[in-house]
Amino acid sequence: MGVRMIPQGTNLYAFLEGEIDHHSAVFLRTSIDEALVQSCPRELVLDFSGVTFMDSSGIGLIMGRYRAASAQDCRVRVMNVKERDLRLMKMSGLEKIVEFGVCV
Amino acid sequence: MKKGYNELKMTVDAKSVNESFCRAAVGAFIAQLDPTVEELSDIKTAVSEAVTNCIVHAYAEQDGKIYIQVRITDGVYTEIKIRDTGCGISDIAKARQPLFTTLGGDRSGLGFTVMESFCDVLRVRSKPGQGTTVVIEKRIFGKR
Repeated sequence: MGVRMIPQGTNLYAFLEGEIDHHSAVFLRTSIDEALVQSCPRELVLDFSGVTFMDSSGIGLIMGRYRAASAQDCRVRVMNVKERDLRLMKMSGLEKIVEFGVCV
Repeated sequence: MKKGYNELKMTVDAKSVNESFCRAAVGAFIAQLDPTVEELSDIKTAVSEAVTNCIVHAYAEQDGKIYIQVRITDGVYTEIKIRDTGCGISDIAKARQPLFTTLGGDRSGLGFTVMESFCDVLRVRSKPGQGTTVVIEKRIFGKR
């Protein structure tokens, strides 16, 4: 599991890779939050195209990043989520607070 | 030997690094039923939630053991039992409510909701101070 953080213009992209669970979420959270503070973007884009598995920790990860981003006036967009994981995300009402997109 | 019956038992330490092992091991055992990608992934997700609950809640990130038993009956039914001897749950109905969590932080409070919606049956037995047993049942229709 890993994440590549790429700032581009006023956006900050987080390309997530591998499996997201409670164990891997700790590392992901730290990496994303550090980059968030460093680059102060207008929008944080979480790209899920490389994610091969996620449980509800993935939802917690998005919720937590939404809180961290909001605190510095930054929006959150979630991209390229697989159909099945989207079903999981919608259980939580996430679509009410973050924007979902298909492709950058 | 009972036809269509098969059983797996394993005990692992309640360490977060074992979460991926547990769901992969249960998934590999279930694979003999030739499940669809979706069915396999539903089971792996449910197992991941139950195991995470043991680590995060039952043992509160302290030492402990997680006991996992998987039973296949009639060649199509799976029953997965995940047991701990941790702190237990005093109000199970409340714990099962969507978005309820005692922890905050990045916990979504969706563990039981996910287990329920990805499986056919979810049973939770618990005694405060003694531990919790979660039983997940799911029929595998498979690719046939």
